[in-house]
Amino acid sequence: MVEFLTAAAILLMAIVAAGLVRLLLGPGIADRLMAVQLLGTGSAGMLLLSASAVPMAGAVDVALVLGLLAALVSVALVKSADPSMAGEE
Amino acid sequence: MAREVTTIVAVCAGLFFFLAGTIGLIRFPDTLSRLHALTKADNLGLGLIALGTMLQAQGPLQALRLVVIWLLVLVSGSAVSQLIALRVYRRSGQS
Amino acid sequence: MNLSPDVDGGLAVLIAGLALWTIAVRDTFAAVIGFVAFGLVVAVAWMRLAAPDVALTEAAIGSGITGGLLITAAAGRRRRPPPQPDGRPRGIVRIAAATASVLAAVGLGVAVLSLPTPAPTLAPNVALHLGLTGLANPVNAVLLGFRAVDTLLEVFVLLLALLGVWSLAPDRFWGGRPGAAQRVDPHAMLVFVARLLPPLGIVVGLHLLWVGAVAPGGEFQSATVLAAVWILATTAGLCDWPPVGKPRLRLVLVIGTAVFLAIGLAGLVIAGAFLAYPPAYAKLLIVAIELPLTLSIAAILGLLVAGPPSREPRR
Repeated sequence: MVEFLTAAAILLMAIVAAGLVRLLLGPGIADRLMAVQLLGTGSAGMLLLSASAVPMAGAVDVALVLGLLAALVSVALVKSADPSMAGEE
Repeated sequence: MAREVTTIVAVCAGLFFFLAGTIGLIRFPDTLSRLHALTKADNLGLGLIALGTMLQAQGPLQALRLVVIWLLVLVSGSAVSQLIALRVYRRSGQS
Repeated sequence: MNLSPDVDGGLAVLIAGLALWTIAVRDTFAAVIGFVAFGLVVAVAWMRLAAPDVALTEAAIGSGITGGLLITAAAGRRRRPPPQPDGRPRGIVRIAAATASVLAAVGLGVAVLSLPTPAPTLAPNVALHLGLTGLANPVNAVLLGFRAVDTLLEVFVLLLALLGVWSLAPDRFWGGRPGAAQRVDPHAMLVFVARLLPPLGIVVGLHLLWVGAVAPGGEFQSATVLAAVWILATTAGLCDWPPVGKPRLRLVLVIGTAVFLAIGLAGLVIAGAFLAYPPAYAKLLIVAIELPLTLSIAAILGLLVAGPPSREPRR
């Protein structure tokens, strides 16, 4: 189980790192933001997996902060890159 | 024994969704379809991984924290997705 | 695990690649996104090095808050382009900057690689005297107990940085609110999220603060989560940034430092040195410092990201 979880963690990180290609290519901010959002979520998942394999204190909290703050920074960025979107539906 | 099998199945399924989402993000032709792929990875991928690791957690409190992580990422991820979609929609309307 | 060198090597290549891309890309907002991605991967690297406290702080402050600061700066620059006709520095300045950066990086590398193994460390000393502070987390025992003066000075620096940001405002805006007024549609999706997340964010923040006694966490990480949900609420238009001249706001900003300083000076009298704690009351005093400190740091970080005041104060 420990080997499986560790291998899964490494695989997940590799998958999500590959997604960073979109950061390089993405014509425009939206595509790049999506790559970062994927990176945040994937890193959180990777930390959950490796914390399950080899428990480290605080790994779950780091995963929480990674996932949450990647999304919140993206929200702030979309709002300020396009100020005409102030709160409208 | 059933717990181990369920964890393995859940984690593999989660990895599959992450892989599918990433391939979609890289290969789909335009921003909105890439967004569609991303949300699958975010919601289902992380959710299944959280489910799998929850079964291996020490104690219900630890399991609850994993669920909370998934819920928080769901909410904030959906906010980002909607804002991105709104931005793309607005811009394509202008050009 | 025999895969470890490849994994670490892959992470190192990824970090270096992201850093190079962030510097090379033309669009400022794209560079900010690259910087945030860089911070996330560095946090993962810290976890690989078994340093969860640093990883937590990197993810929160290095990636999150600094990303927010850069966004505010980039958006401000886009609104008010720099006065000189060619905004890019001259060739000689760029060569000088590049040389200084390379020398700093090479110097750091040489210093790290020439450390004797095992590197000299005070960790056994800390472990020996951990009981005196009443905390079980050695990192926070050092930050708030053995080297509390460093933390006090850090908060002073934060306050000075905030004053620096405020001083960027034109005179007529001094004391006003930062940011721009937001029109808010009460049914918009972002408003819904901004109503949902802050209570959860406060719970997470309090958890991070309290768990810092035994596990990675503490007042800086907690304050960052609190500041982040405050910024989210403001971005969605649910609440507005307070006017910078408001006395109650200024009280909140300084109360953390004031309490810290007061306890430090009391330590001179009671326990014989600045910021010394009598061992029986150490945990209590540390908690008494941490609570107002978290509030102050959260307010400071939020206002740093808000930027200089940009609206005239009323009256």
